[in-house]
Amino acid sequence: MTFRLDGLRTGTGQTWGSVRLVPLLRDEPVPHLRLHRKAYEEPFSVVDVGGGAVYTSFVPHAFVASWTGREESPAASYGTRLLERDTSSVPGMPIRTTRRMARKAGGDRLRFLPLHFAVEGYLALHFGGPEIVWEEWSRRAVDRGLSPRSEQAYSGFRVGGLEEALRIFEIHPGQCGVLVYLADSLAGAFVTPHPDDYRALHATLVEDLYGELIYTYGLLGAPAGNVTAPIDDAEIRSLRDLRAAAVRRAREWADFHDEVMAGQLFDPEAAYQTVQSLNGFELSRFLPSFALRRENHIGETITDERGRVAYLKTFRLSDAQVRRGHLLKRLAAHDWRLDATAAALGVTEAALVHRLEHAGFGHLLRRDVRDGYRAARR
Amino acid sequence: MSETFADLIACEDALMFVNAAITSTGQREFHHASGAQRLSLEFLHEYMLVGHREIYASALALDINDHNAALIIRNLLVRAGAAGPGRRRHEGRLIARRLELLPQQRVHRLFRELRDLRVNNRRTRAIIRDWFDGRRDPAFDAVKYRGGVKAALRHAHLAPGGELGAFLFAPHSVKRYETPVLEKWRRAHYEEAAIYELPFTVAQGFAAKHAVPRERFLAGIERRMTRLERLRHQESARDAVAPRTDLSAMPLTRLASYVLSLPLDDRAARRAELTGALRAAARRVAGASAGRWGAVTAVLDDSHSTSGSGHKRRRPLAVALAASFLLDALAAPGRYVPLWTSGRTDETLLYPFGPTPLGERILDALDTAPDRLIIVSDGWDNAPPGLAADVLRIWRTRLDPDHRVAITHLNPVYDADGFDVRRLAPGVPTAGIRDAEDLPSLVELARFAEGRAGLADLRAHLDEKTARFLETP
Repeated sequence: MTFRLDGLRTGTGQTWGSVRLVPLLRDEPVPHLRLHRKAYEEPFSVVDVGGGAVYTSFVPHAFVASWTGREESPAASYGTRLLERDTSSVPGMPIRTTRRMARKAGGDRLRFLPLHFAVEGYLALHFGGPEIVWEEWSRRAVDRGLSPRSEQAYSGFRVGGLEEALRIFEIHPGQCGVLVYLADSLAGAFVTPHPDDYRALHATLVEDLYGELIYTYGLLGAPAGNVTAPIDDAEIRSLRDLRAAAVRRAREWADFHDEVMAGQLFDPEAAYQTVQSLNGFELSRFLPSFALRRENHIGETITDERGRVAYLKTFRLSDAQVRRGHLLKRLAAHDWRLDATAAALGVTEAALVHRLEHAGFGHLLRRDVRDGYRAARR
Repeated sequence: MSETFADLIACEDALMFVNAAITSTGQREFHHASGAQRLSLEFLHEYMLVGHREIYASALALDINDHNAALIIRNLLVRAGAAGPGRRRHEGRLIARRLELLPQQRVHRLFRELRDLRVNNRRTRAIIRDWFDGRRDPAFDAVKYRGGVKAALRHAHLAPGGELGAFLFAPHSVKRYETPVLEKWRRAHYEEAAIYELPFTVAQGFAAKHAVPRERFLAGIERRMTRLERLRHQESARDAVAPRTDLSAMPLTRLASYVLSLPLDDRAARRAELTGALRAAARRVAGASAGRWGAVTAVLDDSHSTSGSGHKRRRPLAVALAASFLLDALAAPGRYVPLWTSGRTDETLLYPFGPTPLGERILDALDTAPDRLIIVSDGWDNAPPGLAADVLRIWRTRLDPDHRVAITHLNPVYDADGFDVRRLAPGVPTAGIRDAEDLPSLVELARFAEGRAGLADLRAHLDEKTARFLETP
């Protein structure tokens, strides 16, 4: 899967410090799907398409709003939702507003819920925990799954230069998405069905979460270099040649970007899980293969009836998270049996338990089991 | 005499400094915070003062902005010891002439800075005294800039003549002033009618003291407002009173700024009036050179980055808009082609929008086969990055090695990281621009940046400018 197949063109990126933002453009917006009008400050003037056209709206994950028809306290959507046009309320989690958020809110303005909630929520949505109660697993793991897990992530405000880069970025006409790179490693992708939706959400990218790797790269602050080659002037004889060369170079950049820079965004072995279908749109979540030593992105997509991506939001897992995911995946593949998993990984059961403990999953195993293996290791 | 390496560096430094002194005001820009701007600029001043004092001082004669002029004067006075008596006399004349041209509030700020830096030698005191002697209406100045005048007089050990001493230092000891404006000021403390005879800024304070309603105050004070005050209040006070400024007398760039500050609906409704005023202002600036530039094509930046900053709202766009009208007047009739980066053509309804595809627009511009190509942009070419540089490089080296088309890049934004305005390509001269009115002289100056004119030429140019600057009364 690449963007090109989904009706998105890759534009030329803009760099600021170590941040590179690559715009994704649509020739025409995806029809009948818009961001929930709550996200706009002046809802009716912007979102109403007029003519009584029916459209479906979506609410992104971790979006906070004071939904009407409930008590006034704001609530966060938990996982992206598709809604009928006139639905005014989404199933959400009430949140306590801290002073800082309240100050930023400015009336009814929506924003992404900052920090841990979003990523923890993501992983909890993706991993249910053991289905079969093997005796090694602790009560807690069985009852509550892997949730609540605490995963470490950094808000975009703490990623060096990102806030500045987003402010300075010049949004293209027709732009419906962006790919964020730090030191030229892909931090995440964001796609909306309509340019106005993108414009409304562009600034919220800084309130998103980024993994440890991205944070570190931001801290190092190595400037993103120029990755395009200058035009070779040997073959230019007229202005027309020059123009053709410029067009060719733009195409080469787009090819290079899609194949090399964003090549690992979509994992061929990713696991897709359809969550919701409405009016021909399908909302699904995907988990990467958790293969070690490659980029692993988790995310949510909304696709239309022709399978084109209308909405996409991804989060790049850090290496530690990939290793944990890898372990969980192997366990799940072997029905959460320690002996079978250990055999598949080619290690002893004691070594596997040791790895689980190191990955921060010690509490999932019963205490006496852990102690037993620890004694055996000595 | 052949050029030495040091000459080349001096020439480069001078141009870099002039570009900076024209564009940077130490305020926030789109890409850089004000702190970075100020730090970068202070360094540049220090560098020039120590390395090329002569060129540094003669920059006062050029069209640099007031912020930099004040900085230069301050630095020259602080480091007076480094120059010999002959140089000091020359500098003194330049300083005195420039002080006359500076707006009064800037002069007072400069004097205050000198006080804070404890610069109080005989020469500085003489400069302050001469400046005060040159003022036409000391009483009015004393009312309008009371704090500044008081501080400067005290710092320079000057005894003000007539009633001014009492007015400044013991205002309530006097029962009645003979000077009308001072008497009005005294009465304004007790009587509302008197405040309408005072300068607007002073009257505002008294209006607050007497709790005069805003509408009544604006209606009464209207004829005492300066042109800029009137323009500034014309939009905010639209409902109350409409003291419409006469737009036809406005300077070009300021007029462009004003047009861009209006909502789009207003601009559409007043299209004829605004366009007419801009055309008239441009014709006035063009003067005798109107219609003499042949076929002109302009590439004008209206990307998102031209929105400037909270300090300089839409300034880069205003400069581009003003330049467009000026070039229209300078070009041969019907031979002017404006190309905005966004592709829009309606100049009255411009607003900052979208990316900066400079390379593509320059290609379009070269297609029109102009005699002159003027590029007005902040130089952040980003769609795709570096294409403009490539196009200009290949055009200069392979397609037009004989310089048939004169290309000039004018940049309204100072780049704090580079200590200069951002350049597009080495073969194309770049000059900083603050007001579009300076465009013709900047295009002339830009030939030095091309490296075809050396330091001797530059010195001659500066000397000529300085002489003309000191001559004019």
